[in-house]
Amino acid sequence: MRAVARKHVPPGRVPSTVTIDARGVHHKDLNRRIRSLALEGHDRFEVLNVFGQRYFGTNLWGIENRRDIRITVHGTPGSDLGAFMDGPSIEVKGNVQDATGNTMNAGLIVVHGNAGDVLGYGMRGGEIYVRGNVGYRVGIHMKEYRDLIPTIVIGGTTQDFFGEYMAGGRIIVLNRFIPEIPDSRQSYFIGTGMHGGSIFIRGQVDPDRMGAEVGVEEPDREESRLIRHFVDGYCRHFNIGKEEARTLREARFCKLHAKSQRPYGKLYAY
Amino acid sequence: MLTSLLPEFSIRRDEDRCIQCRVCERQCSFGVFSYDAGDNVMVHREDLCVGCQRCAVLCPTNALTIMYNEYSYKPNWNWTREYIQDLKKQAETGGVLLTGMGDDKPHKIYWDHILINASQVTNPSIDPLREPMELRTFLGRKPDRLEVKDGVLSPNEYPNVVLSTPIMFAAMSYGAISYNCFYSLARAAFESGTLFNTGEGGWPREMRKFGSATIVQCASGRFGIDLEYLNDAAAVEIKIGQGAKPGIGGHLPGEKVSEHISQTRMIPAGSDAISPAPHHDIYSIEDLQMLIHALKEATDYQKPIFVKISAVHNAPAIASGMVRAGADIIVIDGLRGGTGAAPKILRDNVGIPIELALAAVDTRLRKEGIRNRASLVIAGGLRNSSDVFKAIALGADAVYIGTPALIAMGCTMCQKCYTGKCAWGLTTQDPYLTKRVNPEIATTCLKNLLRAWSLELKELLGCGGINSIESLRGNRLQLRGIGLEGWELETLGIRGAGQ
Amino acid sequence: MKDLSRLNNPYNDEKVISQCSIFGMMDTSGTLHSGRDILTAIANMHERGNGLGGGLAVYGCYPEYPEDYALHIMYTVPGSRQETEAFLKRYFYVRHSEAMPTFPTEAIKIPPDIFRYFVAPSREEVKEIISDDDLVTRRVFSINADIDGAFVFSSGKNMGVFKGVGFPEEIGAFFGLENYSGYLWTAHGRFPTNTQGWWGGAHPFGLLDWTVVHNGEISSYGANRRFLEMYGYVCTMQTDTEVIAYAVDLLTRKHGLPIETVMDIFSPPVWEQIDRMEESRRKYFETLRSVYGPLLLNGPFAIIVAHHGEMVAHTDRIRLRPMVAGISGDIVYTSSEESAIRLIAPELEKVWIPVGGHPVIARLKKDADHDPVKGGKVICQIEEKEGDRPC
Repeated sequence: MRAVARKHVPPGRVPSTVTIDARGVHHKDLNRRIRSLALEGHDRFEVLNVFGQRYFGTNLWGIENRRDIRITVHGTPGSDLGAFMDGPSIEVKGNVQDATGNTMNAGLIVVHGNAGDVLGYGMRGGEIYVRGNVGYRVGIHMKEYRDLIPTIVIGGTTQDFFGEYMAGGRIIVLNRFIPEIPDSRQSYFIGTGMHGGSIFIRGQVDPDRMGAEVGVEEPDREESRLIRHFVDGYCRHFNIGKEEARTLREARFCKLHAKSQRPYGKLYAY
Repeated sequence: MLTSLLPEFSIRRDEDRCIQCRVCERQCSFGVFSYDAGDNVMVHREDLCVGCQRCAVLCPTNALTIMYNEYSYKPNWNWTREYIQDLKKQAETGGVLLTGMGDDKPHKIYWDHILINASQVTNPSIDPLREPMELRTFLGRKPDRLEVKDGVLSPNEYPNVVLSTPIMFAAMSYGAISYNCFYSLARAAFESGTLFNTGEGGWPREMRKFGSATIVQCASGRFGIDLEYLNDAAAVEIKIGQGAKPGIGGHLPGEKVSEHISQTRMIPAGSDAISPAPHHDIYSIEDLQMLIHALKEATDYQKPIFVKISAVHNAPAIASGMVRAGADIIVIDGLRGGTGAAPKILRDNVGIPIELALAAVDTRLRKEGIRNRASLVIAGGLRNSSDVFKAIALGADAVYIGTPALIAMGCTMCQKCYTGKCAWGLTTQDPYLTKRVNPEIATTCLKNLLRAWSLELKELLGCGGINSIESLRGNRLQLRGIGLEGWELETLGIRGAGQ
Repeated sequence: MKDLSRLNNPYNDEKVISQCSIFGMMDTSGTLHSGRDILTAIANMHERGNGLGGGLAVYGCYPEYPEDYALHIMYTVPGSRQETEAFLKRYFYVRHSEAMPTFPTEAIKIPPDIFRYFVAPSREEVKEIISDDDLVTRRVFSINADIDGAFVFSSGKNMGVFKGVGFPEEIGAFFGLENYSGYLWTAHGRFPTNTQGWWGGAHPFGLLDWTVVHNGEISSYGANRRFLEMYGYVCTMQTDTEVIAYAVDLLTRKHGLPIETVMDIFSPPVWEQIDRMEESRRKYFETLRSVYGPLLLNGPFAIIVAHHGEMVAHTDRIRLRPMVAGISGDIVYTSSEESAIRLIAPELEKVWIPVGGHPVIARLKKDADHDPVKGGKVICQIEEKEGDRPC
């Protein structure tokens, strides 16, 4: 378990929340403002009237107390929210668009709504919780390295090309909602090219929908404990009622994993 | 009269390695090797060697090296070794020189002057290992339009055959090739979801179970053709011509007409099997129309009809006529197509390269607005999957491969098929030789060939940002030329690289 | 416009590539809305364009001339206007003509002269049986191919395309689109990779009352184009959007196929999925793919195709370009980004990401007394399902 950095409060200063009205503000100016306020020691931000501004959290590098920074976004932020982010937390009161958590290294993203495509692409660490459903190509090439293990928890369902090329980390899918699209169905092409990591899906998965490289089994005790830990996290973030929280904790999950680390060995003639 | 010909190949034996096991003697079907018991050495007659490499491959100690004698005569750009020897052979015999396989002369190979596009930035390339990549191909006529009446889509009333990959096995008759090879082609096609072509030598009854993977040929000799033959197959091909020997017929010498072949072709054993040059009932385009419709009647309009011609100078006009005469699939066989036996002078000089013919025919049919009335299949010297890709981008629906299939089964291109002494057991009927092809192994080799090329095709498609073969067909924007002159680029309908 | 290809494609690239943002909104009750909302939404997606092209299409904006074809023509060469107006006089009844009202806008430099004409095709000199639509199309193609310096960029009834070189919100200001009203609006902001000084190259691309806005690049362009050329379409603009518009025209107007089938031709499911369907659906897709395979649109795309009474948003079958749909009351929104919708409709009853290859179709339903073309309230119907697709 990584040590959590202690909040660094210069003597005589009281941490306070900064409120920013983002209406009509370009993302460059908005993100710069947040960064300069963070460098002054502020670590709580409420950003209002967000319509499409991109790259929240991306420019917060080299700030000593970045792990204490919490940004709450009201509205609909633009793409690449939390891209390359390394430590801060972002909470979105609404839906997010594409490429959320792109190559994220550490930190926390909580989405009180649905997410678009390409969530968590190349993610290496940190956690993302989505209350609702996610789009296409989620969790592509997630990886892990030593103590950096990324996690994505999805309350609803996923669309096609889910977990492609996964090399590490874990994704947990709770299947709570049916998406509002009339012709929705469970995703196709799950885990093609998977060569590491694990995907835990509540309920059953049709084998026809998985890549040839994917194996299915029951989670072992350690893994079940891990799943419960993240389910608890989900329920906490989204205030899930006691009844349903218990149902989710006790639910059966199946585990999807890579059958081999060299899934394409037989394809080539040497 | 003593011959003045010099041996084409020289044979070097490493005496330290040779263990006198006599495998070379047994394997060589041209009588090159013999064992001298007195001296306990192997002796050879290099003048009989055809360079098929059977002995070198099978020698357990790798003691043999067989090399082509390029420099028997003083090097001469105009009078090559081959031309000098051919002349001398003719002086000795007064005959027409025969040969096998396809044109080996340095005519420009357009496949090697065409490069392929990849998608970058403005369009993503697609990874065929992860995303679906579709090669399924339908051959046959398509209607000009579909309709929806009362919520139901009108069907395609023309018969089509479905291929899982756009590569089929070309026509090689039983007679030209051995039974085991013929059987392996049928079985590999059946198990791989594509088609093979019986050629003009008839179709043995025990292979009718592969009917759904079979195209039967109706050639000028009409060997083995009856109503059952036509209806057991998936499609029928009228053979007008062949790339290796456009304008002339086929000739199977009586020595190669065994008992089984006599049954299959329905002709007397030991007699020559001659296919006349033209179909004697097709002297003009309206006669072709009549034959096409005769075959359609005979098969109750259930089978698509292929018509195969060689690539010649006015191929576009001929193709247009063929489509209007009712052909469902046009097959064009180019200059470099192979054969079991043909006069060398014809093989190397008559016809045009398939790349140019294909581009010209596709453009012509589109200009006339009739391209969707027939599918276009081409053949003639394709060597690898990039040639197949380029062919489809130029406008073909599918390709036939003949030589690659034989090479997969063991052929080393010595061009002596017409002698009937193929040491690899491929183009012979001698039972001592034909059993050298194990059908189990040969079938696997052919299936491997199809699998490997199909995977490579998918890689090439993915590079171009395409995930379905129908988006490549005729998409000449995916190609560029290099080292080509203006008229060549224009005929091919592609731009030069960098343009 | 002679040498249209050279103008639209000055570097002689094999194809003009452009990528961008798209937005569509339709009030299914037929109520007319000002252009203000859509301009706000498309301006919000400013990041996706580069100012080298923008445009909008609006339906229901000319209720005073509901039966006439409204031709929007731009002139870039002196004398082209006279020549074109002589042509129009000869082949049409011109009910009304005027210079297009515009407002000087800082970002819009050296705009061409733009005029609009409300016309009906003349039947004098016409000796064959031909519909008004086909006749008007033929005349429009003539002007665009033969009259140097003239380009018709809108030719439908009671609708108009407004476009040029600039961000879409700048184009909106230039034409004063806040003062126009329509029940269906589409908009496009362009990021072309061949620099353009030419106004006609922007989207939407229009043919009669069909308009297309498009985001992405079609890698099957060469194959699609060769197929369409066989049916007499001349692809002078050398853009993906042109090919899509012609394909829609061929399949709906000439072959009479329903729009859902057209979308099935553009983005059919993969064979793996088709093989597992029940027999009648399997046969349906197999027939479509084998006959209309050359019109399969391969490569990333998100398009909004519109004509009177219908707005269709559609993506490629593996969903490589984004598309979000939303509904608020009677209005259906489709957009490259959700935030653009939220800006003008903060509360949405439904918002979702459509499955790749499955169109979102918004429709007006005509009833006996009211006609959406003439304006006014009509019975509404919102369609998102594939339920009534033919099989």
